Amino acid sequence: MANGEATRRPALLAASAVLAHVPGLVRMGSKPSRELERDSGLEAKIGASLRGFDEAVGYAPNQAFVGLLHPREMGPRPHFSQRLEGAQRFGPDGEIMPEEEFIALLALADPFKRVRLASPLASRAAEALAHHPLHRYFDLQALKQAVGKPEAEVARDALGLFSREGDCVASVAPGHEQDSNLSAGVLLENLACKASGSLALMHLMDRNDIDPASIDYVIGCSEEAVGDRYQRGGGNMGKAIAEMAQCREASGADVKNFCAAPIPAMVVAASLVAAGVFRRVAVVGGGSLPKLGMKFEGHLKHSMPILEDTLGAVGVLIGEDDRVSPLMRLDSVGTHRVRSGASAEAVMEALVTEPLKRVGLRMTDLDEYATELHNPELTEPQGSGNVPERNYRMLAAMAVRQGLIERGAIGHFVSTRGMPGYAPTQGHVASAFCYAGHAQRSLTAVGSAQRVMMMAKGSLFLGMMTEQADGMSFVLERNG
Amino acid sequence: MDPHTQQLILDAASEHGRENLVVVLGTPSPEAAAIAAATVTTGDPTYAGPLAETQLGLSVYHILEDCVRQAIDPKLYDEHVGLMAEVLDRGALVAAVEQARSAKG
Amino acid sequence: MFEGKKIIAVGERDGVASPAIAACLEAAGGRVVLAATECFV
Repeated sequence: MANGEATRRPALLAASAVLAHVPGLVRMGSKPSRELERDSGLEAKIGASLRGFDEAVGYAPNQAFVGLLHPREMGPRPHFSQRLEGAQRFGPDGEIMPEEEFIALLALADPFKRVRLASPLASRAAEALAHHPLHRYFDLQALKQAVGKPEAEVARDALGLFSREGDCVASVAPGHEQDSNLSAGVLLENLACKASGSLALMHLMDRNDIDPASIDYVIGCSEEAVGDRYQRGGGNMGKAIAEMAQCREASGADVKNFCAAPIPAMVVAASLVAAGVFRRVAVVGGGSLPKLGMKFEGHLKHSMPILEDTLGAVGVLIGEDDRVSPLMRLDSVGTHRVRSGASAEAVMEALVTEPLKRVGLRMTDLDEYATELHNPELTEPQGSGNVPERNYRMLAAMAVRQGLIERGAIGHFVSTRGMPGYAPTQGHVASAFCYAGHAQRSLTAVGSAQRVMMMAKGSLFLGMMTEQADGMSFVLERNG
Repeated sequence: MDPHTQQLILDAASEHGRENLVVVLGTPSPEAAAIAAATVTTGDPTYAGPLAETQLGLSVYHILEDCVRQAIDPKLYDEHVGLMAEVLDRGALVAAVEQARSAKG
Repeated sequence: MFEGKKIIAVGERDGVASPAIAACLEAAGGRVVLAATECFV
């Protein structure tokens, strides 16, 4: 029995991370679409500031996102004006998918046939996907059936999808005439989330030789609200992704908590494994289309390309201890309680100090902290500052207060236990979740870390139900 | 500053009277502090919200300014603001808000 | 300084949140009439 229980220790078996480079869809982000309505002259300015695929691939933060280099190895900024030598589309954690293939994936993600593809795009994408490493997951016959006349659809009532150059390449028809929860725009958001999340899960299985049928449960932790007018946000992106990724034996559900969702979702997954309910649980967060171009005005103001041109998606697989993979320490979970308070110190106390004390660890026993890893090159031009650096300085200041480091060592703490931000501003994906693949390498043979803390915070007040702060954390530990 | 927040401030100004109101900011970056302070004094410099053309002329401070800190019980201040006071660039934040105050005249 | 004043607290989730500002200013004799927190990430 003791043996049986030991194998139920939950471990992070695998992780993946993908980007879909979608410059044409930037116009459909929440902020750009609102500003385009106010200012028709903006269209040309946006069009002229969108990056091509090679630029997106050569962008060091994107290479770090798919695991080709560690964020600490990105080199000096600015990254956007340099193209990394030897940059590749495919990395150890996933890939950077070009727009045409991703739009085809939207059609493959759409069981209700709302997406229509222009014939030239469909042919080119079919050719590319036939040679894609994940080709066995793609139903190219279904792609042929999605070919239609997007421009005619748009003339009726559909939403047009345009390439970076401004050509109408696809359309999304509304799901219901009157229900705004099934409008073409909402369906597009949800399909983009499903397609990118599924791509992440497919890469996770493909790269780690995991049989799709071995996954028992898929937890969605994305930010999109799937549902109709009677159940706005009804959910179950998890099951939709499980189906698309051919996890025939899996069921699924969603865990929602704004940007923080992936961490509670991973804790739920690990708990299900520890309790013996399931052997293998995947947690998947798909991309967030409304956040494309969120800070584009700052980029335009500084004559930079619009850098929020990618959807990010992450998948992790949590299962029984395999004696190699990093262990998820469920005894170390840090939670922000109702009584905790909203100040930065109260949040850090709840997520860092209290749980570490509980398990007898000091802040300096953690080799790395994964927290909000938003790329500062995206946020600084709009005046939002360097989010990860602020987080790491906060952690370092806590370590000073606890007498663990000298004040003069704050910089060293930040640069060694922290890292530069590299994730697109895709909320939940940027919140520690994207670091899962790197954490796995840090904590196994190739790395030298003993422990990594994963920590995320959520802005609950955005939904106007409470002014409570929130967040969750846990420690990943080297096995053996 | 978010247009929705701007509307709430505009509503509060008409309800309570401009002269009775004091705005206290907790903004982390100097750029955003400058914009927020300008928005509630001389008007939204980004022309994005309802305060674009409105000179509210409100008193505005940042929570990290000495004069604000001195008005608050030290223990309470440390509990709620202490950590961020160590992390944020206080000098730049204060300068940003001071500039908006002097522009207001 | 804040005694009897009506306070608008504009916090940011990534800086000092408005409930933290409000707690300080209320204790300093102000009356918080609006507490807004913004989030830009």
